[in-house]
Amino acid sequence: MSMDRRKFLKAAGLTALVGLGGKGAFELLRPGKVDAEMGHKDHGEEVHGDKKSRSKVRLAMLIDVMALNKKNIEKIVHTCHYLHNVPNWGDPKDEIKWIWEDEYEHVFPDSYNEYNHILKGMPFLLMCNHCDNPPCVRVCPVQATFKRPDGIVAQDYHRCIGCRFCMAACPYGSRSFNWLDPRVHLRIEVAEGRKLNKSFPTRMRGVVEKCNFCVERLAEGRPPGCVEAAPDAMFFGNLADPNSKVRSILRERVSLRRKLELGTKPSVFYLI
Amino acid sequence: MYDAGKVMIGLAVFACIFLFPFLYNHGEASPKPKPSLDTPAIKALPQKKCVEDTRFMITTHMQFLNHWRDQALRDGNRWYVNKEGRKIWISLQNTCLRCHSNKKEFCDKCHNYAGVEPYCWDCHYDPNGSKL
Repeated sequence: MSMDRRKFLKAAGLTALVGLGGKGAFELLRPGKVDAEMGHKDHGEEVHGDKKSRSKVRLAMLIDVMALNKKNIEKIVHTCHYLHNVPNWGDPKDEIKWIWEDEYEHVFPDSYNEYNHILKGMPFLLMCNHCDNPPCVRVCPVQATFKRPDGIVAQDYHRCIGCRFCMAACPYGSRSFNWLDPRVHLRIEVAEGRKLNKSFPTRMRGVVEKCNFCVERLAEGRPPGCVEAAPDAMFFGNLADPNSKVRSILRERVSLRRKLELGTKPSVFYLI
Repeated sequence: MYDAGKVMIGLAVFACIFLFPFLYNHGEASPKPKPSLDTPAIKALPQKKCVEDTRFMITTHMQFLNHWRDQALRDGNRWYVNKEGRKIWISLQNTCLRCHSNKKEFCDKCHNYAGVEPYCWDCHYDPNGSKL
């Protein structure tokens, strides 16, 4: 086939026009669709809660700092780690933690007030904040961690490739990496008299794990393990429902949330 | 051909070594595995039926379990409704292994025969066994 210069230029010009108009045509037919799919319009949301289920469910945890003491903290941590077969390595380098204790200046480094002697001596329980805008979910390259419609930031160990981006992204240090096979230590602990929760799996080497708000218990209609262990210090409920117990407590008590200035919108509240 | 004798001897030695495992095991095919259904929970069933029919479970349980995994974990829906309309709680460790409480004689039998190592057992374990 032969083509003169005139015909070629016409064809090239037409092709370029179609190419340039491509994205514009998309915008014309389905406005906002392309951007939405790329996740560009998800930020700056004022209301706490998933867009899709804002009016329905947004699970949150309230921790009454005033009601915590050495005894119930130990019970809470033990219950959680028993329920989820979390090994106790004893070495901070290999440590796996779902819920743990720390002090005021480490929990609120941004708003630490050295003259606040009430909070200074208080025990704080730390766990995954199940953020409304979770940075771990944004950085996970395989969507192993994802936000459920009820607000729980879940971790899918089947998908996790152990890249630890989520650990770098999490501003709360809520995630632990299995450097070693957790079963190796669990076997030692079982030999020493530890009990396993036989209805819950373990993890494998090379995956990241964290608190899951006891999603497996919620599915059965039971409260999270920590709430069951200390019902007078921990409260769990639906933040999206203005008539829920957690909302009524939040109306009456002063509450703190960790690192609010980062915009992650944590769902764990500390009652003072 | 130079050194024909040596080459031939070499070839013969090679053939002997190469063929040895085939000749040694000749006619001794490992018997087809028979996964055992002999557990108290299965015996107590009025009708010996798994979640779906046996044929389907034998051929498709791998994809089926993946489907269960995604449904329970990703979609948060822990109920499975089978073809008969029976509702079943989705859980490998708490549903499958409750009836099939003999992982060694059931799951492992075929998996070992077929030489597959499903990574299910990296995290999930037999709640009936004493070992982790």
